[in-house]
Amino acid sequence: MAASAVVSSRLHPVIERTRALVLHVILIFISIIYVIPFFWMISTSLKQSGREITIPPQWIPNPVAWENYVRVFIVVPFAQFAVNSVFITVTATGFGVLAASLAGFAFARLRFPGRDRLFSLCVASLMLPSIVTLIPEFLIFKNLGLIDTYAPLIVPWSLGGSAFAVFLFRQFARSIPLDLDEAARVDGAGNFQIWWMIILPLSRPVIATMAILSVIYHWNEFLRPLVYLHSPAKRTLAIGLAVFKSEYLVQWNLMMTASTLMLLPIVILFFFAQRHFVRGIVMSGLKG
Amino acid sequence: MTTIEGAPKANAQRPLSHPWFLPSVREAIDAYACIAVWLAGFSIFTVAPMVASLGIAMTKWDIIADAEFVWFANFARLASDPLVRVSSINTVFISFLSVPLHLIVALALALALNQKIRNILVYRTIFFLPSQMPLVASALMWMWIFNPDFGLANVGLTSVGLPPLKWLFDPSLSKPTIVLITLWGGVGTAMMIFLAGLQGIPEQLYEAASIDGAGSWATFRFVTVPMLSPVIFFNLIIGIISSFQAYFTLIYNTTQGGPGHATLIYVMYIFFKAFQDFQMGYAAALSWVLFTVVLALTGLQFLMARRWVHYEGGE
Repeated sequence: MAASAVVSSRLHPVIERTRALVLHVILIFISIIYVIPFFWMISTSLKQSGREITIPPQWIPNPVAWENYVRVFIVVPFAQFAVNSVFITVTATGFGVLAASLAGFAFARLRFPGRDRLFSLCVASLMLPSIVTLIPEFLIFKNLGLIDTYAPLIVPWSLGGSAFAVFLFRQFARSIPLDLDEAARVDGAGNFQIWWMIILPLSRPVIATMAILSVIYHWNEFLRPLVYLHSPAKRTLAIGLAVFKSEYLVQWNLMMTASTLMLLPIVILFFFAQRHFVRGIVMSGLKG
Repeated sequence: MTTIEGAPKANAQRPLSHPWFLPSVREAIDAYACIAVWLAGFSIFTVAPMVASLGIAMTKWDIIADAEFVWFANFARLASDPLVRVSSINTVFISFLSVPLHLIVALALALALNQKIRNILVYRTIFFLPSQMPLVASALMWMWIFNPDFGLANVGLTSVGLPPLKWLFDPSLSKPTIVLITLWGGVGTAMMIFLAGLQGIPEQLYEAASIDGAGSWATFRFVTVPMLSPVIFFNLIIGIISSFQAYFTLIYNTTQGGPGHATLIYVMYIFFKAFQDFQMGYAAALSWVLFTVVLALTGLQFLMARRWVHYEGGE
């Protein structure tokens, strides 16, 4: 259906308008399918306990149980989980972006023996299933006595971020004119100064993109926190929510409240930084 | 001096007052300083674990007692482990059902969004946002919707006179239900990549096709698909590789691999072996098999891509 719309520029206006109308109807129909789960989740999160299900289903809760959004913080230490998640996300992202940009800069603009081979290795590691490295990684942190700390969740990313971040930054750094480096060199700047004073400030868009990809990754990450964090006070939101599920399975309204709270920051981030989301996704797809 | 392919021409106009080797040596030292942090992380957390993992795969190791070297016993064991078979079949089933479906839905949505109609940004946001949601939260949401007793899905079925289903709790329906869920949360990324790819197709090609009298199907088949083939190919590779691993969080938080072993995927089996049974050696062997399969698939796809992927220009 959509394919037929490609060649359209010279069709009759009536056909054109009908076509647009049909397209809108289809898109609205699909949109409703995509939105209903969200809507149902939020609706359930605002229902009183025991009234989550009625026949017929109640789309707009009556009465609206706003108190769920307070109760959920009393029933489970969600504030603590949120603080933990924010701490991990911010630290890993901050250090990761810096280290990745430095490495990406070197790969893009400096010459050194072994550069292309190292970079190929970096790109190849993108294909690596993370579960393969997880087992030895776990044993490393176990031997260092760092199980049930945040180190396993922060350190691997702080050291150079992800291979993808290095790749992304290198691609971007290659597009900055080399004349800028030359001018700085004439003025006596060293390579680090060039990175810090020229490349890094010019890379603001790609830094934003990388930061957003990283924030989403760490905020949503489940497997590693599950493996590494054991004491309840250290749980992240993702783990806290999963445990909440196993302990309070019948309280659907509170579970939906907690879920809504967890995805709220991502939705807000999306609306403030939509451009960067889109760019990150597109860069991952088109420049590969 | 070694020359590196594709190196920037930064050195070409260096002041001649320096001996030629000095700046390049200093540059190499600086460069290694720049990548030192990354290189350390990469060596410790990617390269070393890869190598160590193969060693661990040849041991019997429960973490508490010392590792015992058993050569290829773990690999022999996994060849006859019924749960390896079950979990592999489940993984292949879910991948082969979900990856083509994702590509078709993502491409269809992208084609629809590539039209010149109003409110495109609203639609785009609606289709894209689910793909960025925390999987634990959306897993809970879908557990509630597919609840066999009072889920919204069954309310919908009974309201049109159909019998209610047990969805995730029905062994024969649990895998398709998982795939259905991933159609909601898993197509946004591929859709965005397709959309960017579509927007990169030059307008003249469509004009030329329409002058030649090509119908809409012919245009799609002979302009859109060939121009988009690198992107389709990329989404296919990423889709297959990520489908092996990406469903862990969703399945862990919905069915935990059940009912029975109906949704036990391979990665989840590795996880259980490693972090519940603490059979590190066996789990490492299992993970190496996965790694080999991913590697082989990637290679195969690159070979196949030469036949049907059209790359524009020399880039």
